[in-house]
Order: sequence, then structure tokens, then C-alpha cells
Amino acid sequence: MKPRHRRLILVAAGLAALSITAALVLNAFRSNLVFFFTPTQVADREAPVNKTFRIGGLVEKGSLKHLPDGVTVQFVVTDTAKSIPVRYKGILPDLFSEGKGVVAQGRLEPDGVFVAHQVLAKHDANYMPPDAAAALKAAHSARLAQ
Amino acid sequence: MIPEIGQFALSLALAVALAQAILPLAGAARGDAAWMAIARPAARVQFALLALAFACLTYSFVANDFSVAYVAEHSNTSLPLVYRITGVWGGHEGSMLLWTTLLAAWMFAVTLFSGHLPEDMVARVLGVMGIVSAGFLAFILFTSDPFTRLLPAPPNGRDLNPLLQDPGMVAHPPMLYMGYVGFSVAFAFAIAALLSGRLDAAWARWSRPWTLVAWMFLTLGIALGSAWAYYVLGWGGWWFWDPVENASFMPWLVGTALIHSLAVTEKRGSFRSWTVLLAICAFALSLLGTFLVRSGVLTSVHAFAVDPRRGVFILILFAALVGSSLVLYAARTARIGLGGSFDVVSRESSLLANNVLLTVAAASVLLGTLYPLALDALGAGKISVGPPYFDAVFVPLMAPAVFLMGVGPLARWKRASLPELAVLLRWALAVSVACGVLLPLVLGRWSPMIGLGLALAVWVVATSVVTLRERLRHASSAASAWARLRSTPRAWYGMFLAHLGIAVFIVGVTMDKGYESQKDVRMQAGDTVELSGYTFRMIGISKVQGPNFTATQAQIEITRGGRPVANLYPQRRIYTVQQMPMTDAAINAGLFRHLYVTLGDPLNATTWIVRVQVRPFVSWIWLGCLVMAIGGLLSATDRRYRVAAAIRRAGAAEIAVAQAAR
Repeated sequence: MKPRHRRLILVAAGLAALSITAALVLNAFRSNLVFFFTPTQVADREAPVNKTFRIGGLVEKGSLKHLPDGVTVQFVVTDTAKSIPVRYKGILPDLFSEGKGVVAQGRLEPDGVFVAHQVLAKHDANYMPPDAAAALKAAHSARLAQ
Repeated sequence: MIPEIGQFALSLALAVALAQAILPLAGAARGDAAWMAIARPAARVQFALLALAFACLTYSFVANDFSVAYVAEHSNTSLPLVYRITGVWGGHEGSMLLWTTLLAAWMFAVTLFSGHLPEDMVARVLGVMGIVSAGFLAFILFTSDPFTRLLPAPPNGRDLNPLLQDPGMVAHPPMLYMGYVGFSVAFAFAIAALLSGRLDAAWARWSRPWTLVAWMFLTLGIALGSAWAYYVLGWGGWWFWDPVENASFMPWLVGTALIHSLAVTEKRGSFRSWTVLLAICAFALSLLGTFLVRSGVLTSVHAFAVDPRRGVFILILFAALVGSSLVLYAARTARIGLGGSFDVVSRESSLLANNVLLTVAAASVLLGTLYPLALDALGAGKISVGPPYFDAVFVPLMAPAVFLMGVGPLARWKRASLPELAVLLRWALAVSVACGVLLPLVLGRWSPMIGLGLALAVWVVATSVVTLRERLRHASSAASAWARLRSTPRAWYGMFLAHLGIAVFIVGVTMDKGYESQKDVRMQAGDTVELSGYTFRMIGISKVQGPNFTATQAQIEITRGGRPVANLYPQRRIYTVQQMPMTDAAINAGLFRHLYVTLGDPLNATTWIVRVQVRPFVSWIWLGCLVMAIGGLLSATDRRYRVAAAIRRAGAAEIAVAQAAR
């Protein structure tokens, strides 16, 4: 094999491998993006059914209930305009509390309940998850516009 | 008074850094020996000044001087002494100071271990590091001064974030930063090579030990961070693909590619411009990591707006350092040349493929980390990229990389023969495929991922054994085999060990992901729960008073088949100063499994939610990292780096003798 052919094979193999990985990466990327919706957007049916997404807002005061099995909890997330019931099975994060900001990731069930796989409320007591803060701000400015 | 001394030391250090950045580089360009000679003393003085500044800040923490704003924000009189010391790097300003101090420490190390280098190389390396140091010192002094006074001083401080009050967090940031900053040495060597146009095997040999040591620290730093997340965050996850973690993982991936590429440059003279590019990228990603974590951009892209000076300064510094080095690279790379040619089947090509895979992996992490930030900054919507993306990308990228890891050390340089390799490796392949198929069946559950993981781990071990046997093939007796092993360079053992570390790591990940079990249950005193053959019994709940927290503590007794295994005491703490709740999980750690108990919310006065987990082989994840790091250290201390140093020092006459002896 001449050196030129050898180099050609190397370059072609490299390009082929790179395009395969690029396709793989971009495909994985596209199918795993998780979008964020505010409770108002969910109430307006802008959020997808049967696809994972995130919601954020405040945990409505007095809405936290433990279901009879003891480990499933239900609470309401609100952006002060609209609210969504959320169900979550598992232990809530340390800084989860009523009246505080929260972000939940999961799916919307046909009955309108958001079933969360993951609940985030992190780092320190005064910190508001940026997504939750954005949801409140959007609802606030929507009200001002009316 | 003390904080002012610290601030003065920082200002002086900036002046010295500027001198170090300008004079030696200019001297090297003009061939002026006197200007070049400034590099070493300047770096040493800078290290002394920064060590003094760091000591001043530490003193302010230890002495509870709340008139220093940074101390007031990150400490408290009730904080135990060890956390008052580590509080120094508990916030933005202090961690930037730590970063710069470590940079000065690396420069100091370069002045000590560069006796064998030509003077112009030392001048350029230290000059480039001086530029980096000057940039960071200016950043600290103009936007993030840790010594700013807060008058009148508050009676007490706001306390350190309870999550950081942990032994793991004591060691994690310094280790991680040692790694980040250590790549600045590799970067400086790369830039010096571009400036001088000298990029040969000798250059790679000088640069290699520094890169290996930096890589070792980064490996340890990441492992410590992951272990911290595992036991402090309370839920037993050890890697979340969180942007903060990704920020440290990207330089690791590129750094790993760099140490392999450097090996080729040293042994064969190939991959030269690629090596230089990797060195630039590894440091650029280290900078990006520091900035991502420290600028607050992750909490919110709009955090930039809180202190626009900080954000803009960071961006300018980053763009200037990375941009100018890439421009220099583009201008000079043709002069460096590509190096020796090699065949499609050869050790070079397998290392090249590994390099490409590692770089693509780093790029895919970069995409997943920065894309959501970019979208948010443009106001184009909020998205997040979760673990499923990274899992989907990493397994197909890393599986061939691990496969090649077994082939590479056996393939010959320049041209290898495929049939010969196949003969060498057929048993290793058969054993690993058999293990991948059969082991999971023995262990109880078969899934493609478990099969693949175990097969890859066995593959690495089996090929390592084959590589070792090849080394000893011509040994006729036990004595000659021993002599061969003794004459094998330490760098080879380093590689051997680091690769075995990967196998240990893969076993840990596969077994933990495949066979972990967990249950969330409600429990009161006397209740029991069964999991994977272990019985967890709640004995009772009590109140505990800590130095700066109060806690509710459960006693959980664990038995297996009636025999006692352990008593665990998980807590829910309230840190009194910030009234912040925190879960303190209890772990019974063993080499082959962890028993992990977390106390959740109270349902009423006597009933609590408890999460119990059985985690097989989970400690192997960090054990694997430790083995990799030890491998890196072994390689870095190889005799030929030291011998080269000794020969230079010994003078010309002895060089001839040494060469004759070789």
C-alpha cells in the first residue's frame, strides 16, 4: 500500500467514524431535551402529553398531603395565576417546603395530575430555583398586561 | 491590619506577575539572557506573596474577623476550626485566591524542577504562566477582592453552607484546582513550543510528567467530589451529569487524551500539532470549568447581571487567553510539522482513535452543558439536558475506547499485524465475552448493559495479563523474568495500573447500576424492612445536639439471616445559624457492598419515611479512580524524567559517559 492510499484510508475511516458519532450525539441530544413549562402554559395545554418536561413555581401553602401508602406525596405547584397538582413517590429534598420555590420533572397524566420522577429544591433556604422564579415572573407580568 | 497586609501582598504579586509575563518572554524573543533570568526569581517571589495573602485570609477566618466581608459571609463563631480553615475556599473570592495561589505553587515547582531545561524554554514557560497569573490576580483585585472590609463589623458571620461542612469538601476543591491549574503547565509548555518552534521528543518528555501529575490531581479531585455527592446529598447518587460536575469532567477527558497523545509525541514524534492543540484545549476547559462554577452563571445566566464587571472580566480573560493561543497555534502549527507516518493498524492509530473518542466525548459533554445556557441567555426558552442524554452518548463512545485500550499496548508502533494481534488476543476476547454472557446469569439478572460492562472490565484485565505475559515471553527462568520486570520502566507500570483502575471503575459502575436495590418505607420503632437479604429494624428515634446543629437521629439495626451486621444512625439536621435542614445519611461501607440508610420526613411524631439501599460494589467506583491516580503518579515519577534531569545538571562531560553507558 502506498503512503498516499494509507493516508486516504485513515482519513476516510476517521470521517466516517466522526459522522456516525455526530449523528449519534445529535440524535441523543434531540430526543433527551427536557423543556420547561409554567403552570399557566400547562393549563393552556401548551405542554406535551406523554413526554417528560419540567414545571416550576411555588408549592401552594397547605397543599402538601401524604397519601395512605406513606411514601407518595401530593402537592400543588402554582405560579400564582394557575396551579397544577403534582404527585411524587419518594423522599422530598431537604429544602422542600410549602410556600417555597420548586422545580419538578415528570409527565402529565391524562387526568391532569403531573407525576414527578424528580423534585428539585436545592442549595440554600433563600435560593429560588431560577426556573421557578421565571414562572412566577411570567405569571406576574401576564397579570399586569391584562 | 492583617487583611490589609494580604491585600498589599496581592497587589505586589500582580506587579511581579506582570514583570514575569513581559520580561522573560521578551528576553527569550531577543535572546537576552539577563531578561530571561528574571523568570525564576519572579515566580518564587510571586509564590511567597500569594502564600502570604492566603495565610492572611486563613488567619482572618481562624480569628473570626467578621470585619472582612468575605469572612462574615462564610463563617461563624460556632463553626468548628477545621471548617473555618476550609471556609477560605467556601465562596467565590476565596476559591479564586486558592486557584491563583496554587498556580503560583505550580510555577514554584517549575522553577525547582527545570534545571535541565534550556533557559529560553524556562523563560517562555514561566512567562506564559505569568500572563495567566496576572490575569487572575487582576480579576481578584478588581472584581473579587476577598479582603474587602465590612464596617461596622457584624457581631457574627452568616456561617458556611452546611453542605460544605464535610471532610470530603475539605480536600475536594484543592485537589480539583491542583488538577485544573496543573494543566496550565502543559499549556505553558505548548505555547512555549509554538513560540520557539521547538517541538520534539525532548519537549514531550519535559511536558509529560507535569501533565501526568495534573491529571492525577484532577482524577482525585473528581473522585472526591463524586464521593461527597454520594454521601452528603443523602440520596446515594454519585454522578448527576450536573453542569458543575461536567465542568470538571471535560478537562479530564481532554487531559486523558493529552497524556496519550504526549506519549506518541515522545516515542514516535507523531501527533505534534494535535498534542499542542489538546494542551491548549485542556487548559481552556479548565478555565471554562472554573468560570462556569464560580461566576454564578449556572444558578442563572442572569447572575452575570448582578455583577456585570465580574462576568465581563471573566469573558475577556477567557477570550484573550484562549483566543490568542489558538491564533498562535494557527500561525505556527505548519512550522511544527506532523511527525512520523504510521500504518492503519499500529499503536499510533489505536491511540489516535482513542484520542478522537475522548475528544468527541468531551465535545458532547460541552454541548449538553452549554446549549441550555446559551438558549436561556438568548431568551429562546428554558430547557435542560438530563442524564439520559449523557448515558445514551457515553456508552457507545466509551465502549470502543475501552476495547482499544486492550489492543493499543500490544500493537507495535508504526506497523502492527492484524492476524498477529488476533492470535495474541483471542483468549482474552473469548474470556471476556464468556464472562459478559455468563457472569450476570450467576449474579441473578442479565441485561445488555450489565453484560457489556462486565465483558469490558474482564477484557481490560485479560488484555493486561496478555501484555504482561508478552513482556516476559523471552524470559527463560524465574530469575530472568524477575530481572525483566525490574528493568521495565515505571511508566509502563503506571499505564498498566491506570488501565486496571478503569476496569475496577467499570465493575463498580456496572454492578451498582445493575444490582442496586432501594426501598422507601414508613417506619416506626420496631418496624422492619427486608432488602436483598438484609433486615433493617428501626430501634428508635432520639434528639442529638451537634456543635452547630440539632438533629433527629434514628437507630437502625441491620441483620442478615439473624446475624447482626451493623447499627446505623441516620440524622436529619437543622443547622442553627441559617436554620437550614440537611439529611445526614448513614452508611455501612464494605468492599463489596454499601448499606445506605436515609431518614426522610416525619409523617407524625413517631413515624418516619426511611430510605434503605443496598449498593453492591459501589466503592469500586472511587477505588478505580484511586488506582488510576496511583498509576498516573507512577508514570510521572519514571526514571527517564529524573535521569534526563540529572544528566543535564551533571554537565557535558558526563553526558558523553551516560550516553556511552546507554
